[in-house]
Amino acid sequence: MIRVVLPQHLRTLARVDGEVTLDIASPVTVGSVLDALEVHYPMLRGTIRDHSTKRRRPFIRFFACEQDLSHEPSDSPLPAAVVSGVEPLLIVGAMAGG
Amino acid sequence: MSSIRLLIGTKKGAFILTSDGKRKQWNVNGPHFGGWELYHLKGSPTDPNRIYASQTSSWFGQVIQRSDDGGKTWNPPGTKPEDLMGPDGMPKGESNMFRYDASVETGQPLTTHQWYDGSQRPWEFKRVWHLEPSLTDPDTVYAGTEDAALFKSVDAGKTWKELAGLRSAKGQLWQPGAGGMCLHTIVLDKGNPDRIFVAISAAGTFRSDDAGKTWKPTNKGLVSKYELPDPDAEVGHCVHCITMHPSRPNVLFMQKHWDVLRSDNGGDSWQEISGNLPSDFGFPIAVHAHEPNTVYVVPIKSDSEHYPPEGKLRVYRSKTGGNEWEPLTKGLPQQDCYVNILRDAMAVDQLEPCGLYFGTTGGQVYGSADDGDSWAPIVRDLPAVLSVEVQTL
Repeated sequence: MIRVVLPQHLRTLARVDGEVTLDIASPVTVGSVLDALEVHYPMLRGTIRDHSTKRRRPFIRFFACEQDLSHEPSDSPLPAAVVSGVEPLLIVGAMAGG
Repeated sequence: MSSIRLLIGTKKGAFILTSDGKRKQWNVNGPHFGGWELYHLKGSPTDPNRIYASQTSSWFGQVIQRSDDGGKTWNPPGTKPEDLMGPDGMPKGESNMFRYDASVETGQPLTTHQWYDGSQRPWEFKRVWHLEPSLTDPDTVYAGTEDAALFKSVDAGKTWKELAGLRSAKGQLWQPGAGGMCLHTIVLDKGNPDRIFVAISAAGTFRSDDAGKTWKPTNKGLVSKYELPDPDAEVGHCVHCITMHPSRPNVLFMQKHWDVLRSDNGGDSWQEISGNLPSDFGFPIAVHAHEPNTVYVVPIKSDSEHYPPEGKLRVYRSKTGGNEWEPLTKGLPQQDCYVNILRDAMAVDQLEPCGLYFGTTGGQVYGSADDGDSWAPIVRDLPAVLSVEVQTL
């Protein structure tokens, strides 16, 4: 079970409280987590990554296990602690004022 | 008795203000979508409970919201349980997918427009500035976007298709204004469903007479000598807003970057009607609901000083279709007022006497229940107001 923490505005949009949990087959990557997330919460399509290119939106960051994974390829395996559900994948709105 | 519902878009959410037909006591409901920019909300003329909203964020991009119960509840179209799976098993969730038409079938490869430095740059979607529901079908709605293009949905906002012929109207010469290259005004003609007007900053006005398939620039008579050296420039003008009274579809009024103008021939040519205005710079322009020759503007000091001249917030009214303007000041601050009124932030209701409403970048929404003769604040401390629309119920 993969744990995902969404930023507050996306929790509101998706109408979820707290963490989201997803069942994802191996290999678990940022890309496969987002695929599953968008299947369960289609209102999030386009808000984290582009509909077509699948590129991360500029002001979105992916953190896990005290690392910034935002610039890793989306098909890179996530850390074992995320795959095992010990640690969540954090989807974060970048610090950008406003 | 009739009632009034105001749909207010702000920098940090949407608010819905309601009153009975007297328009004296108001209920304030909101914020909806707190923390997001609500560029525009507008209700369907044929089904007032159907309201479309453009919700945007620099972080999370574009979201389209739709209410089918007059603003009590909202959903992004196409994300209800019955909508979830498309034919290929993937969720739809495409209500925020505004893809420029680059298909071979329509002959519209992704074109380029002029950038600030004069270079050419491909169209790139940023946000929806304006939503215009059809005058006849609650499931049909148009969206004006940045980068400037016109999109149409015929399934209540679930999916969008660009009317790409618009970009063929000298699109390579369009350029962003200071606020971006946005299609911000869409005017439909109830008597002629094939006719659509749009206005773009900074490109000008355009008209289609075949329901959006083909377009022509309609900017003859516009003079922008400080922005465009060519006095006959067909496109590139920074039009801020256009409006029309439904009973006179060939008469259009325009607030340009500088100049207030009028067309009596469906946009084929324009004449300046700034007359005795203290400044002819401004953003919104509106026509009285029952007097098609009565027009309202809110003068702003200059293109760099976006506040009322002399710190006095004055709506100006012309009962003669322009040129002769009178200041309307009763109930509006007449000293130390330095707010702006944005292009989509003024609206008129359909009651008698006609009600007018406008919102400011200072978060005030003012209303008048007597054709503009007197005004009162409905609410004073909202986030900066981006848009005001009114529904007469």
